[in-house]
Amino acid sequence: MSGEPLLRVEGVSKAFGGVLALSAVDLDVHTGDIVGIIGPNGSGKTTLVNAITGFIKVDHGRVSFKGHDITNWKPHKIADMGLTRTFQVMRPYYSLPAFKNLIVPLFSRRARRTGGWRGGGKMGSRDTVAVDILEEIGFERDSYVPYKVASSLPTGYLKRLELARCLALRPEVVICDEVFSGLSMSEMASMVPLIEKLQMEGITLIMVEHRLRELFRLANRVVVLNFGCKIAEGTAEEVMAYKEVKEAYFGSEEVLTYV
Amino acid sequence: MSVVKQDRRKERVDRGIKVRTDGVYAVSSWAEITYLLLPRMVLILGLLLAPVVLTAFPYWQRVLSHICVYALLAIGFDFLANFVGLVSLGGGLYIGVGAYIAALLNSHYGLPPYVTVPVATLAGAGLCTVILLPCLPLRGVYFAIVSLMFPLLAPRIIEALDIFGGTDGIVGLDGFPSGWVEQYLMIGCVLIAVFALRRMVTEDVGLVFRGVKDNDQAVKASGIDITTYKALGVFIAAVLGCLAGACLAHIYMWAGISQFGLDYSIIPIAATVVGGGGTLIGAVIGCVILVPISELLRDFGTLRIAVYALILTGFIVYKSEGIMTYVTRKYEQFERWVEI
Repeated sequence: MSGEPLLRVEGVSKAFGGVLALSAVDLDVHTGDIVGIIGPNGSGKTTLVNAITGFIKVDHGRVSFKGHDITNWKPHKIADMGLTRTFQVMRPYYSLPAFKNLIVPLFSRRARRTGGWRGGGKMGSRDTVAVDILEEIGFERDSYVPYKVASSLPTGYLKRLELARCLALRPEVVICDEVFSGLSMSEMASMVPLIEKLQMEGITLIMVEHRLRELFRLANRVVVLNFGCKIAEGTAEEVMAYKEVKEAYFGSEEVLTYV
Repeated sequence: MSVVKQDRRKERVDRGIKVRTDGVYAVSSWAEITYLLLPRMVLILGLLLAPVVLTAFPYWQRVLSHICVYALLAIGFDFLANFVGLVSLGGGLYIGVGAYIAALLNSHYGLPPYVTVPVATLAGAGLCTVILLPCLPLRGVYFAIVSLMFPLLAPRIIEALDIFGGTDGIVGLDGFPSGWVEQYLMIGCVLIAVFALRRMVTEDVGLVFRGVKDNDQAVKASGIDITTYKALGVFIAAVLGCLAGACLAHIYMWAGISQFGLDYSIIPIAATVVGGGGTLIGAVIGCVILVPISELLRDFGTLRIAVYALILTGFIVYKSEGIMTYVTRKYEQFERWVEI
């Protein structure tokens, strides 16, 4: 953790009408980090993700990525730089087979530049690359799953498809908006090593999560939001020791000793 | 409706020959080649032979050209609505812009039809795309309303400023050398347009278009600018519309404000509904059915709108999937009752 951060968020604020969804949030993400963002419902986690990736325009503050000021850039330009995101509510193309879903990101300029996931020169057929990516992420190539229509896939696979859409762009940063929510215990158990694998492949991850147990296994730094303000930052143990964090999650009357 | 017992349901199963003709091995037998080619040949040969069959009826040959004009518009409408997600009522705009550009080039600069038609097609499509560009962020019914505004607005501007011949229009244009050239040009354009677009929507770029329709947020997150693709989709539809408009001007040897008419915006929609949305060929079939009906009902004047409304209502209530979807299903699948 030294030098210029890969992604820097400085004093970002966003108001929806009278509601201050984000107030002066700072965040530094360094290459190779897994940063967790947690907080109660409505605390501004997804708004922060939207603000970073350009899906909403921020009122104040600055977002910079690889030294470029990307504040309020269009989402596709930000994705083109390698800062990608998944959606909390999955957004596959329901009418297409799973592997055809990846044709869209593989058609983008960035994917053409970088040559898809495995990289190196000219791509083969996009279909082949798409099935390769799906296999990396847990769709078995020889099973029927990659070829099924997305609308018939279970949540676990749709969450993976969201990740696969990011990976098709050969991203530098992936922001995962609640990849664990809605998964069964066994699906979650296989998702954790997947995230670890992505980290080992050099992808920096930001994870917005409610599943604290899985998140704390993965994240080397955790940021806590409440009512749009950053109330704590540090390792999992440090963060959970904060009085404000306990109050945010459990209310202020009683202080629990263990989470 | 036959009596449906509680413990049975209808099951649809692909016909064996449909499955066998899915891959490249379809070329291994004549039966399978025929199965694949037959429907395509019915359409292609049917359209190509139509002018010959109608030789004795010059009036209906002219109607055939009309069918093709509407078919080009309907293909464009079907593509925009079902593959790009933009419900465009701008058919009249495309026709009018194409017709006026062709007419101006022909009457002012004396250019022959084989120059004016391509130039009007491309320049007109460019112009229509630029006009509609500010409306592209709109979705659904809002885009439909705004796109309908332009064909309503254009004649009023031409009237008020008394440009391009004002209410008289531009008369005395060159016609096509003969009726045969006119008809085969139009039919050729329709066939090329429908098969080229059908190919394109299954290619990778077509999937991006469908992505824009299904889920524009995910396309943005994939690093693709959706406005570019929406504009490209409008351009493709406008190319078809302006081509039809330019040809129409030379068929009538006249361009006037009635070419911004509401018919050009509405009939393509009706044809797409009747033929089956999202099939592209359905749009052509819809025009083949609706435009002759419209001609037969010409004596009834504006009352034919009522007949149109009845046909449309009937299709929406009883066969909302459209002819093409229904026939394709019957051709590819059989139905049987199974015990539950």
